[in-house]
Amino acid sequence: MLQGQQSWIFANRPVLLATAVAGGPFEARSAIAADFDILHDDIWLGQSSFEKAEKKLLEEACQTSIQKAGLQKEDIQFFFSGDLMNQIISSSFAARTLGIPYFGLFGACSSSMEGLALAAFVVNAGGARYALTACSSHNGSVNKQYRYPTEYGAQLPPTAQWTVTGAGAAVVAAQGVGPRVIGATIGRVIDLGVTDPFNMGAAMAPAAVDTIIAHFRDFNLDASHYDLIATGDLGKVGHAIAADLLRRQGIVIPENIFTDCGVLIYQGQQQVMSGGSGCACSAVVTYGHFFNRMLKGELKRVLIVATGALLSPLSYQQNESIPCVAHAVALEWEGV
Amino acid sequence: MQNNNLPTQEEYQQLAKEYEPKRPLLKNCIRAFFAGGIICTIGQFFQWFYMTYFDFTEVTASNPTVASMIIISMLLTGFGVYDHLAQWAGAGTIVPVTGFANTITSAAIEHRSEGYVLGVGGNMFKIAGPVITFGVFAAFVVAIVRILVEKLGVI
Amino acid sequence: MEKFLLAFLVGGAICVLGQILLDVFRLTPAHMTVTLVVAGAILGGLGLYEPLIEFAGAGASVPICSFGNSLVNGALSEAERHGIIGVLTGIFEITSAGISSAIIFGFLASLIFKPKG
Repeated sequence: MLQGQQSWIFANRPVLLATAVAGGPFEARSAIAADFDILHDDIWLGQSSFEKAEKKLLEEACQTSIQKAGLQKEDIQFFFSGDLMNQIISSSFAARTLGIPYFGLFGACSSSMEGLALAAFVVNAGGARYALTACSSHNGSVNKQYRYPTEYGAQLPPTAQWTVTGAGAAVVAAQGVGPRVIGATIGRVIDLGVTDPFNMGAAMAPAAVDTIIAHFRDFNLDASHYDLIATGDLGKVGHAIAADLLRRQGIVIPENIFTDCGVLIYQGQQQVMSGGSGCACSAVVTYGHFFNRMLKGELKRVLIVATGALLSPLSYQQNESIPCVAHAVALEWEGV
Repeated sequence: MQNNNLPTQEEYQQLAKEYEPKRPLLKNCIRAFFAGGIICTIGQFFQWFYMTYFDFTEVTASNPTVASMIIISMLLTGFGVYDHLAQWAGAGTIVPVTGFANTITSAAIEHRSEGYVLGVGGNMFKIAGPVITFGVFAAFVVAIVRILVEKLGVI
Repeated sequence: MEKFLLAFLVGGAICVLGQILLDVFRLTPAHMTVTLVVAGAILGGLGLYEPLIEFAGAGASVPICSFGNSLVNGALSEAERHGIIGVLTGIFEITSAGISSAIIFGFLASLIFKPKG
């Protein structure tokens, strides 16, 4: 059901029945390693290319989440998935393996919440009994496509971020036990002229702020409604800018509530500069860490605002700035 | 575009700049100086080595010297060490010829998954291409200009 | 010994110049190396780079700007021998070792190594 200008409210409160999170060796050393279902010590996952490894991560996350939900692949009506690869090959090839009717999405690093919003809408509207939503990213494959070869000796600036090697998947159901998807706010594409692909945080912050403001307006809420509001991967730099932009609109979100998945995931690890990024960043933190905290009763109402930078290597070379988008999904768990 | 919640592009550029952590210029320059200096000193060592123990002159010794530096760079790149050195050294590892070898080696290694012909062969010069293209073109222009100027009797 | 110290100082200084191009002028590594190569070619054409190499040895011949200088020298010396067509035929004469090695060993590396991440 439409709520306000650009949001949906899910009257039937679809359930996040099960989630699964997979990661690579660097994620195994992260602050939230305990919340991963699968961790690999080899960035190749035994495959012959980074791209194949990313596909395998996505497949593992999907298959594990289906298993944890107590279902079979055949029980799921639709699969929503996105990633950062050209033509979203990781998602498409995973869809081939799963054999579930497939919606391929591109929202860059906002894909996790774009997928969850759509999956929840479809289930809520009676368009599916079960829907699967997922996304993935891989440090090697992303560097190869967007930046430099892995072994190239460039000096990353302090605004750069580290792409998460991982995948997160969630099964959304009409009934069952689990945190409920209450609503979603779909973001507009915002571009305030940032051209530096090594400062994605600054590029994406305005989009996150635009969507948060739209969410509060459409649902007639303020920050006090939530125990946690997490942006996807703004990183230290982008997150600080977002807090500033919100303050200028008179919105002050307390620091213990306002966080960022990119900052959370790699706390204390230096080579990540401003923090984590990639589709998997928001997915692994939300479907792993936050999901577990909700089940433990530590969090009741959570707003996840996944942020994506919609540039391509070509657009950057053609001197275009970086348009960005952010999608927000509200989750609630009142306990069993 | 209606962005009534957000600053204008100019205002935002200003804001983003304020929040951008300043690059530690002095620290980076000192590191680049040391790393680059050491690499060039190693080159000087090879130069001396080839002149002393083999039959090379001051001029011809530069060939095996350059080749030696390139092999070392190739090995450091292949063993996954060069990129970590470069994060510390910045221009100190990019500017010497070892940086050039690193661009070619890293691209070659990276694209093996696409096969040797299209992958390795087709992508090897992805980062080194500009240096070769502009080096050659600049040399062409400079040489022509110099020859013309000499012919016209100015020099 | 003095040669080694000069190589260290001059080589280091050229790298500092590169670092300034990266951090202050915000050039990408590709733009920075292109700038240095073209500068080397121009200085080579003006006859200023060879004296620097004589002074600092590897401190001037190892940085990428020397590549520009060698390309110009190759072109000019071949033009002296065979006329203006020498500019085309001689460009890679001196840099041949460097470029051939980089290609050959880069390719060999792709046979042996995998990216480490």
